[in-house]
Amino acid sequence: MAEALPPFQAFLDEHLHPVRAFLRGMVGPNDADDCLQETFLAALRAYPRAEATNLRSWIFTIARRKAIDHHRTRRRRAQPVAEPEELIDRQGASAGPTSSALGMSARHSEIWTAVAELPPSQRAAVVLRFAVDLRYREVGEALGTSEEAARQSVHEGLKKLRAHADDLKEMAR
Amino acid sequence: MSEFVDGLLARADTEGLLDVAYATLDTPLGTAMVAATPRGLVRLALPNEDPDRVLTSLAADVSPRLLEYPARLDEARRELDEYFEHRRDHFELALDWRLSHPGFYRRVLRATARVPFGEVITYGDAARRAGNSRAFRAAGTALGSNPIPIVVPCHRVIRSGGDIGNYGGGPEMKRFLLELEGAV
Repeated sequence: MAEALPPFQAFLDEHLHPVRAFLRGMVGPNDADDCLQETFLAALRAYPRAEATNLRSWIFTIARRKAIDHHRTRRRRAQPVAEPEELIDRQGASAGPTSSALGMSARHSEIWTAVAELPPSQRAAVVLRFAVDLRYREVGEALGTSEEAARQSVHEGLKKLRAHADDLKEMAR
Repeated sequence: MSEFVDGLLARADTEGLLDVAYATLDTPLGTAMVAATPRGLVRLALPNEDPDRVLTSLAADVSPRLLEYPARLDEARRELDEYFEHRRDHFELALDWRLSHPGFYRRVLRATARVPFGEVITYGDAARRAGNSRAFRAAGTALGSNPIPIVVPCHRVIRSGGDIGNYGGGPEMKRFLLELEGAV
């Protein structure tokens, strides 16, 4: 017999904060909550047909799709995708208790701005590994890839971030 | 974050995605739980029931689209509050009967729902009103599986000798309810 689905409330309680952290990393803090609502509404619509065995992978797949949709819509509106200055400015504008979910100090903003410039798959992998704190196997599940591919994406992403950090140090000199 | 969840719930309700809404309720007997579908009240869990198990069963037996959404239960909670405060002697709530077995069991429960405040009947009476006067044992089983106790007042069905008989929430709870109604 198929494993029974937990009540949606329990599912929501378990995944709301991790998925929010993921979306903040993927689309920035200002648009994250819109994407979050779209994500959980889509999940609620499809929930009776979901497979109870891997709900985390399922919800992150939906969230990733919503983040991609979000970027497409923005591009169609001829807006740049999360310009670095824009991200920082908006964080400054909304500074307050709500802007701290990713620990957005000025220094953190720089890091997440650099993350925003990574190619989508590396970006998703890095965010899942470090903002959501998933293990590589779980990152792979969430991205629909192998553990090894997830490790590789994170590795590549980190390499770019390190190069970026070196550039920042150069500029600060 | 609770603001976010409120927004999500309101949209889910508007879009008809909220198959079961539930809320807790403080009563003189302890914390109870009420759950409703768009059709009406579907479940009342007495304070001695484990809320997690009740929710898991609701997810399996009604729908996993089950969320804590007290707005849908405002009327049920208000009427139950009034009942416990001696300000109400009948309920005007729409009921969703889907958790009771169709057939004899449900007929027993529907017959019991018509027993007025302050009165009691016997298991034999309940069986006869459901169309089978000899099935008083089955009537007892039907009442024991009542998914909406208090509102469907199975506590008003007692043994023919005057003993108050069994109750899902325990005999003390049954006695409390009958005393509240002035029936014993």
